[in-house]
Amino acid sequence: MTKILVVAEHDGETLNPSTAKCVTCATQLDGAEVDIVVLGKNVSSLAAEAAAIAGVNRVVTVERDDNHPALAAVLAPQVAAVAGDYSHVFGPSTALGKDLMPRVAALLGVNQVSDIMTVEGTHQFKRPIYAGNAVVTVSAPTEQKLVATVRTASYQAADGGNSAPVESLDLDVEIPSHTRFVGVQTGQSDRPDLQTAAKVVSGGRALASEENFELIYKLADVLGAGVGSSRAAVDAGYVPPETQVGQTGQIIAPDLYIAIGISGAIQHVTGIKDAGTIVAINKDEEAPIFEIADIGLVGDLFKIVPELTDALT
Amino acid sequence: MERILVGLKRVVDYNVRVQVKSDGSGVETDGVKMSINPFDEIALEEALQIKERGEANEVVVVSIGSSESQQQLRTGLAMGADRAILVETDGELDTLSVARVFKALVDKENAELVILGKQAIDNDNSQTGQMLSAIWGRPQATFASEVVLNDGKAAVTREVDSGLETVEIDLPAVITVDLRLNEPRYVKLPDIMKAKKKPLDQIALDDLGIEPGPRIESTAFEPPAGRQRGVMVEDVPALVAALTDKGLI
Repeated sequence: MTKILVVAEHDGETLNPSTAKCVTCATQLDGAEVDIVVLGKNVSSLAAEAAAIAGVNRVVTVERDDNHPALAAVLAPQVAAVAGDYSHVFGPSTALGKDLMPRVAALLGVNQVSDIMTVEGTHQFKRPIYAGNAVVTVSAPTEQKLVATVRTASYQAADGGNSAPVESLDLDVEIPSHTRFVGVQTGQSDRPDLQTAAKVVSGGRALASEENFELIYKLADVLGAGVGSSRAAVDAGYVPPETQVGQTGQIIAPDLYIAIGISGAIQHVTGIKDAGTIVAINKDEEAPIFEIADIGLVGDLFKIVPELTDALT
Repeated sequence: MERILVGLKRVVDYNVRVQVKSDGSGVETDGVKMSINPFDEIALEEALQIKERGEANEVVVVSIGSSESQQQLRTGLAMGADRAILVETDGELDTLSVARVFKALVDKENAELVILGKQAIDNDNSQTGQMLSAIWGRPQATFASEVVLNDGKAAVTREVDSGLETVEIDLPAVITVDLRLNEPRYVKLPDIMKAKKKPLDQIALDDLGIEPGPRIESTAFEPPAGRQRGVMVEDVPALVAALTDKGLI
């Protein structure tokens, strides 16, 4: 019996789209029965959202004041307790999922499959290693629970329209107090979130300053795009770290990705290889980004980007 | 605090473009440069800075693997760690067992803080620190970009999807580090000489009483599906036309 528990991610108000992507992955396992667990403070509207996801059998909720903002140390024992009846526990490869799921796995005494990109069987999966330079097929022990994270860029969100039953759970679990949320500082903008944006415009070190990144912002705004960056641009302080795309940053799959002044190191490319169309603008015609770009334009970004922005305005 | 443990994993060097073997049995590691996992170097740098501020007395570097990992431990000692422990194993251990090894060493060494890289750049798993803190029943502060110790607690700024999150944790604890926490120091030649005299203990896995459980087997390796090189356009109007063609604008 393949019973999969998907751990929902949310910001307290709405579900993160990674949840519906995890459901898509989970429903690809043979004979899968997929439930979602929502842990939060006020969960009723979140539970309704989760119940609407196609393919979901049941939604279970665990409501506690200290479940929001989410802390891995607080959530993990609760997820482990809910996991009792399930053969599989899935979460997204988001920052929270990466933080939480290995803690859940260890509490359950099992290993974890990180970053599922393809389902090959109920216990066989493909996942990227070496910054995406290789793909490995892994086979997990069938006699144990299987805990995994899902590489969300590999999956489309499941449709809505469902109305799965919602059940609230009271857990008798000891919650640690050794970890406390202090605050979060976001470079919040009105631009689309990188994970969900259909279009993303990214800038690299060649932008040469924080001020020059205005060029990227203007183009992004004309396109209604999210803004990304390379590690070099973040390290140089031109943009905040949450914009970084790549092996150690965000892995994304927009329909259109425009890489501006980014050379295309493998660590960056691994974050965008599921993008629909990749456009590269770079002054160096030998830049590796052109090897994977669908459309390339060699030239001075300080001329090209304003011209492109004007042309699209 | 008395002691910080830092994990150093031996991995294929960051600059090597890894190739899958033609028979799909693994990736090519023969004759390939091996180094300390870059995140682990950042972990060690942080531990050394904590010690240099007088907030810890000793930094112990730990590696788990074949005897070749001594090279990476010696580099760690040359960076400034006080001593090293190599837990010798033949094959690669599963992550849960690695976490159990660290837990056994935490107990043996009375460590109050374990600092690890947020992921190893070979398997890209990002699991060990979280699993260790679960087994230990202690806090985890993963993906750290700033660590401030104060009175038995740590305020840790973490790189998360929405920005920078700060958590306060009680020590003992596990911290896993992100890229922007610090810039690891370069090793100088005299330090390499000095490091040769620092203690490096070798322990067999059995001596820690750890028996690896069932593992997740890697059954096949393949190169990633490549993207084709596309077309080059001459100017902005041509780019706009190409994007319009694809229905993207």
